[in-house]
Amino acid sequence: MMQVEKIRQEFPELGEQVYGKPLVYLDNAATSQRPRSVIRKWTEMSERRNANLHRAVHRIADLATTEYEATRDAVRAYLNAEYREEIIFTSGATASINLVAFSFGEAFVREGDEILVSEAEHHSDIVPWQMLCQRKGAVLKVLPVDDSGRLCTEQLPALLTPRTKLLCVAHISNVLGIVNPVKEIVNICHSNNCKVLVDGAQGIVHQRVDVRELGCDFYVFSGHKVYAAPGTGVLYGRRELLEQMPPYMGGGEMIGTVRWTGTTYAPLPQKFEAGTQNIAGTPTLRLALEMAAQMRESGAEQELDRVKSFLFKQLQDNPKIRLYGVPDSLEQKIPLFSFSVEHCHHEDLALILDKMGIAVRSGQMCAEPLMDRFGVTGMLRVSLAPYNTMAEAEYFMESLARAVKMLEG
Amino acid sequence: MKTLQEIQAEVVEDFSMYDEWLDKYEYLIDLGRRLEPFPEELKTEDRLIKGCQSRVWLDTTVEGERLFFRADSDAIITKGIISLLVGVYSGRTAREIAEDDFSFVERLGLRENLSPTRANGLASMIATIRETARKHC
Ligand SMILES: Cc1ncc(COP(=O)(O)O)c(C=O)c1O
Repeated sequence: MMQVEKIRQEFPELGEQVYGKPLVYLDNAATSQRPRSVIRKWTEMSERRNANLHRAVHRIADLATTEYEATRDAVRAYLNAEYREEIIFTSGATASINLVAFSFGEAFVREGDEILVSEAEHHSDIVPWQMLCQRKGAVLKVLPVDDSGRLCTEQLPALLTPRTKLLCVAHISNVLGIVNPVKEIVNICHSNNCKVLVDGAQGIVHQRVDVRELGCDFYVFSGHKVYAAPGTGVLYGRRELLEQMPPYMGGGEMIGTVRWTGTTYAPLPQKFEAGTQNIAGTPTLRLALEMAAQMRESGAEQELDRVKSFLFKQLQDNPKIRLYGVPDSLEQKIPLFSFSVEHCHHEDLALILDKMGIAVRSGQMCAEPLMDRFGVTGMLRVSLAPYNTMAEAEYFMESLARAVKMLEG
Repeated sequence: MKTLQEIQAEVVEDFSMYDEWLDKYEYLIDLGRRLEPFPEELKTEDRLIKGCQSRVWLDTTVEGERLFFRADSDAIITKGIISLLVGVYSGRTAREIAEDDFSFVERLGLRENLSPTRANGLASMIATIRETARKHC
């Protein structure tokens, strides 16, 4: 308990009040709060390290570049990627996926080829693939989830054909919160010559990610969901693939030489980092990932497991509540619960909870196909971080009961 | 007949009696429950204003210069707000509505529920009411 209180001190936003009530922030899957270490680095980069990267020989440019490239090394180590040039900085998961959709698409996808995505994907991991398929005359296929929200991995072998070039799946869905068996999926896909992109926007948050152990070809995530500055993000890609892919955007820094007769491109990773980068934001990734590791190691994540069990039981045992994403065992679930309450609209619940000081997410959660799959127009979602307490979870359950009572009349 | 401004002032005054947010919501929920039922057969795609949150259906009829609105939502608080809006604008002339600046919506203090930056059917409902009025001037 002491631990969590100490951690909370590091996140200034958690001390805020809304409508005169202490903020209970349970919308971490949308964006997480930032620790002081991240805010300090962000400010430092603006106050004392502000120069454009790589381009100049002067002292400040050197300091800025050093910070930026040290972040690449830190991210490489964190993900256990083999080479530093496999880490491409982007503006977020969405940008990373669009990069792959364009560049992998240009290199490897032809008319009549197939892309496979899971039914539980975020729009960011659907729309870029639809655009690619439209551009190339390729076919988009869907790997379904069952009623409990489990990915139907057993259907995967039948869905894969010699034309399936890429499978795109969330490490953890932002609606269902269940850890997908990525390793198993990768094995099946690779034995069919199909590459795998893992959307790690939620997967990076609550566990250590080892891309070599997972075996995936691409792993993407956003900084802002894992305590870093917004507008930061990562694309991990296997070097061998990235090398064969053409650039996504043309511009400064991504070139070898530029002539009217033609241009050559810079080697990895600069080939995919055209233009001025997020100089102040990207270095916060290092501090943010350190914070994530620290919270895991300090026992705060374990405390969070207790809170998770409590919420799961409360929501699961309530006959009025329908929970989406029910795992076989709770270990496969992160502290993220999407649900609906009989006779209560998610928007009404979210509005009332908001006035009680509780921030939750409601609506389609950028996963309209999944909403259709479950036959709903939206859901309510609570998603927790290690700085959330048992007291907050209890207050949430009480408040939810109160809101339901208001709506039932 | 009271002017549009007079009716708006009344609605704002009624609503401002509630200091607490939860009391405001209780009031809106009650209004929502008492809103005139919206015929199921009118819940068609072309009357649907789809938002990320609640869905809103709006039906407009024109009788001479006057516009009559009926609306519904699947969310009850939104329905309460609809009740306020319909109460104010339904039965007014197209010109009155078109010339109104809709600032009364802000005076209600329901900005967050009505903000066009939220993917909310209600903001689109207001836009649709204004547009319809302009077309019939
Ligand atoms: C699973 C998943 N994928 C992708 C995204 C998109 O992330 P961003 O908007 O930061 O690019 C999100 C965030 O909402 C997400 O939860």
